[in-house]
Amino acid sequence: MSAEAFLQIRHLVKEFEGHPAVDNVSIDIAKGEVFALLGSSGCGKTTLLRMLAGFETPTSGSVVLDGRNLAGLPPYERPMNMMFQSYALFPHLTVADNIAFGLRRDGMPAAEIGVRVEAMLKLVQLGGYAKRKPHQLSGGQQQRVALARSLAKKPQLLLLDEPLGALDRKLREETQIELANIVHDVGVTCVMVTHDQEEAMTMASRIAVMSAGRFLQVGAPAEIYETPSSRFVADFIGNVNLMEGSVVEDEAGHVVVDCGDCKHWIGHGITGTLGMKVTVALRPEKIRIGREPPADGSGAAPPAPFNRVRGKVKDLAYFGSFTVYHLLLAGGRVLKVSQSNSERGGGTALTWNDEAWASWAPLSPVVLTQ
Amino acid sequence: MKRPAGLAWLRGRSAVIGVPYAWLLVFFLLPFLVVAKISVSEMETTTISDIVTWKDGAIAFNVKFGNYLLLLSDDLYFKTYVSSLKYAAVTTLLCLVIGYPFAYFMARTRRTVQPALLMLVMLPFWTSFLLRVYAWKALLTEHGLIADAIEAVGFDRLLAAAGLIPGPGQLMNTPFSLVLGMTYTYLPFMILPLYSNLAKMDLRLLEAASDLGATAWTAFWTVTVPLSRAGIIAGTMLVFIPCVGEYVIPELLGGPQTQMIGRTLWDEFFSNNDWPMACSVAVAMILLVIVPIAVFSRYQAEATERAT
Repeated sequence: MSAEAFLQIRHLVKEFEGHPAVDNVSIDIAKGEVFALLGSSGCGKTTLLRMLAGFETPTSGSVVLDGRNLAGLPPYERPMNMMFQSYALFPHLTVADNIAFGLRRDGMPAAEIGVRVEAMLKLVQLGGYAKRKPHQLSGGQQQRVALARSLAKKPQLLLLDEPLGALDRKLREETQIELANIVHDVGVTCVMVTHDQEEAMTMASRIAVMSAGRFLQVGAPAEIYETPSSRFVADFIGNVNLMEGSVVEDEAGHVVVDCGDCKHWIGHGITGTLGMKVTVALRPEKIRIGREPPADGSGAAPPAPFNRVRGKVKDLAYFGSFTVYHLLLAGGRVLKVSQSNSERGGGTALTWNDEAWASWAPLSPVVLTQ
Repeated sequence: MKRPAGLAWLRGRSAVIGVPYAWLLVFFLLPFLVVAKISVSEMETTTISDIVTWKDGAIAFNVKFGNYLLLLSDDLYFKTYVSSLKYAAVTTLLCLVIGYPFAYFMARTRRTVQPALLMLVMLPFWTSFLLRVYAWKALLTEHGLIADAIEAVGFDRLLAAAGLIPGPGQLMNTPFSLVLGMTYTYLPFMILPLYSNLAKMDLRLLEAASDLGATAWTAFWTVTVPLSRAGIIAGTMLVFIPCVGEYVIPELLGGPQTQMIGRTLWDEFFSNNDWPMACSVAVAMILLVIVPIAVFSRYQAEATERAT
């Protein structure tokens, strides 16, 4: 960790009645970064965010922002603003007064406030709504007012608490990209909390997956998805087939893991020993499915009997752009396979009780040791 | 859902809406009309004359506005109205100043303690109101418990200097004892609506205010107080309106200085036995209280209209 990182969180602990909600978290966040805390409810992500904002006092550890230790600073003196999950817009104030609230507290001259509010409204495309009250706006508009209010003071750090959590699905998809663009354009450093992996992946430059108050893995979205470091992360982010097995061949260039009905030939070495118990993670979309067995040496599939398995279609779910098959293997295991429906009415479409072959490339599985 | 045939559904709905209207009609409007009618009638020793009479084939209206003219010309009535409004206003203000922090504390304290505090506020209602007012007489009279305490700290000298009591040591039957009694009696009516309003408030708004740079004090004045406006208005109405017409407390705790309209009403009814005059006083009092409220609520409605 570099000493000059913009936001430095060091050994941060928060205990509630002796129970750690945040358990010794350390992280450096660079200026301009959008950092997401991702985890299910109760994992400590919100507590961590509230400690940054100053609403919770850490049990131990420190937070340093731009070289300044924030310990003991009340929320109203911290150079950061938060967008609350429920927006927490002031119902008795108009949109313009909501946005101006923080500026007035700073004693900014009225003329300057007017200019800033105008600019903020333009930024979130709510030009004609200055005089409205929050209850006269739709959920998406309220969300944008909340964003404008939290950006109005030009904070050094923007905190987003489940920024899209209160929106319905369709609106969320649109808003996600819009929000990401605004945050990017403003260039503000941002820490966000979410339980929604899509939200984290589209918005964040780095994601920390949290569980039980700890960071399990920190990395770029693709890194977390493609090379999860643990079963928990692999399982939490996206869909995955997890298979227990043991290492039966351990070479510098490849390993073979025997998981009973699936034998994996994996095209990279691991740090482990022969016979070691491991878990193999295989994403459904990285498996090909078809009626015919894969030809040996075709594509990247290694020769039989590796990276291929025969089964019966037990279930299928059609999602429009892709279909998820549940392939029942001879040993009773169910393999999830997803296939994109790139061709309309493809003649090879499998249906219930069809026999099918699944196969995957040597670099598709990930070996997990924890 | 299919509506029953014809207008039967409308009848059912009208019945539901009709109940409160019928209630208001029978228990408010009719008595008011009776009072208004008496106020313009003649008093004939023991009976009250009809305002419309049928005699020798002619309808005669006998409507007398003399009482109202007297109300306007005799400044005794005017002074009594003003003093009623004054004591009611002072009492309301005191209830607000004392009740707001109380309600605020109650709403913000731990959930488990709140019912107990609520109980304490309502406990006095379990004792007769008259008994409690009499108790104040005993407490404020010479060598009463509270009187001694007030004199011990020299507070009575302060009150005397402010003109609220005629002199040190004389606490009973003064503006001070009157306002004290009314504030004590009506405080729960201020606290309860304020409490229910403040308890509902979304505390995340205060966090948002704090996050945006407001200290607790600023957040209180810019967020909590404006949002509790409905509670303040409700409490103020509940205290102010009955205080204007209060009779028992001025009678027991007030003095010659504190003539209020309730007392005047009583005198007209039972001492002078002049029911028409008493009724004019009552009608004037109702108008005095209702007109400002009507204007206010109209203004409120317009403000809401403009916002939407």
